[in-house]
Amino acid sequence: MTSHYLNLSLWQVGGATALILTNMAISVALRLGLARTLLIASVRMIVQLLLIGVILQYLFALEHPLAVTGVGLVMVLLASFAAVNRTQRRFRDIYWHSFIAVFSASFVVTGLALLGILQVKPWFNPQYAIPLLGMVLGNVLTGISLGLDHFMEGVARERGLIETQLALGATRWEAAHGLTSASLRTGLIPTVNAMMVMGVVSLPGMMTGQILAGAAPAAAVRYQIVIMFMIAAATALGTLMVVMLAYRTLFSPNLQLRSDRLYKREKAGKSV
Amino acid sequence: MTQPAPLLEATDLSCTIAGRNVWQDLHLQLNAGEGVGVTGPSGSGKTLLLRTLVGLNPWGEGKILWRGEPIALPKLTAFRADIIYLPQRPSLPDGSVETALAAPFELSIHRDKRFSRPEALEYLKALAVEGAFLDQDTASLSGGEAQLVSLVRAMLLKPSVLLLDEPTASLDGTRVRQVESLLSNWLHAKPERAFAYISHDPEQIERLCSRHIRIGTQTETSTTLEAISP
Repeated sequence: MTSHYLNLSLWQVGGATALILTNMAISVALRLGLARTLLIASVRMIVQLLLIGVILQYLFALEHPLAVTGVGLVMVLLASFAAVNRTQRRFRDIYWHSFIAVFSASFVVTGLALLGILQVKPWFNPQYAIPLLGMVLGNVLTGISLGLDHFMEGVARERGLIETQLALGATRWEAAHGLTSASLRTGLIPTVNAMMVMGVVSLPGMMTGQILAGAAPAAAVRYQIVIMFMIAAATALGTLMVVMLAYRTLFSPNLQLRSDRLYKREKAGKSV
Repeated sequence: MTQPAPLLEATDLSCTIAGRNVWQDLHLQLNAGEGVGVTGPSGSGKTLLLRTLVGLNPWGEGKILWRGEPIALPKLTAFRADIIYLPQRPSLPDGSVETALAAPFELSIHRDKRFSRPEALEYLKALAVEGAFLDQDTASLSGGEAQLVSLVRAMLLKPSVLLLDEPTASLDGTRVRQVESLLSNWLHAKPERAFAYISHDPEQIERLCSRHIRIGTQTETSTTLEAISP
């Protein structure tokens, strides 16, 4: 690929790093107590990005299907942990559920796009597979955490209403239906909102990246449309799956609401 | 001639929570035409007993029989439509009282029944509540009023058995008597009806119930249960 963009030197990146000093100055002046967190976040971001840069370089050179799938699986694993860590409550199989949902939604949709829509050859070409999977994962993660959180909070908050329904003869689906739909809607809202304002208020990161890298804006737009539909489909699939799995755990086949299976997570953990 | 099976029967029922036996080897019968009082100190598991009887709580050992048959999964919704449990603090959906009363009729198990506003008004009249009450927002109801709505909601569904958890706990003296007379009229209006009634008021149990069972915690691990005939 020919590139028409300016390669950044380490000095230039260092200059940008100075921008974070703005945040630190504000934090110190207003005593927000965020300086330390900002520092940690900045360092983490730099280290993580440098690391993934190295890994991707290696992966691009290797061009092996197993290596690409392996990196994809690690990304799925991290995303499924991160999705759970953004919620307030837990139940026993929650990480497992999140993994199943993230994995199936992202692999199925990215796979279909690579093979059926973009028709990349070979399908595992890391130049396409990894960035597409990454973008799908980032959004599936948000959908899953929002949907799951809404469902669990709903079970805890509306326990009385749900049990009243069950006590009046509702099936478990009748008792859960309102909450499952609301949870799905909550999980899908960010995607719908993003599509509504895309190109008007926001210029999406991938499109911007392609344009910076020298692609014609019209070509970049096409990619953006494809990726947005991939994101929408994967988010819907992943959120649906994680909510249905949580439903099966918290509404027992004996038509009992098992809110006793829910517990608050012990301390405010850091998100991955 | 054989006795008809009790409407609801529990045998050898045990309940353990966090390793503690709340009660064990519990026997209970609700025969047609009976009002049975359930008493016992706070924390003895009275609420838990009613919840367990309708299968809202998992139970350890024992059997629950509905008209002589063990309750089985495919019939669970029909069982709960026939044996209705009313929690002490009722939950009502958002919207008007009328919407709350009509909502359960949307459930598939009640599809053969229709919500009847005149019937609801009749029950409310027995409780000396005005018809305008039907249009009130459920969010604005007091705890006692919500209990009345919950009772009427259950009665409209025409169950055989009501399991009532202190249904008059938030009501004043006059209202308590009105609920009691509605309940005993309801019981005697048809032969195939019964109720169980948790109360802390021995006089109320005496007024309302033909017999009563007491759940009492003697020690941490053992539980006694005695049936007292009138």
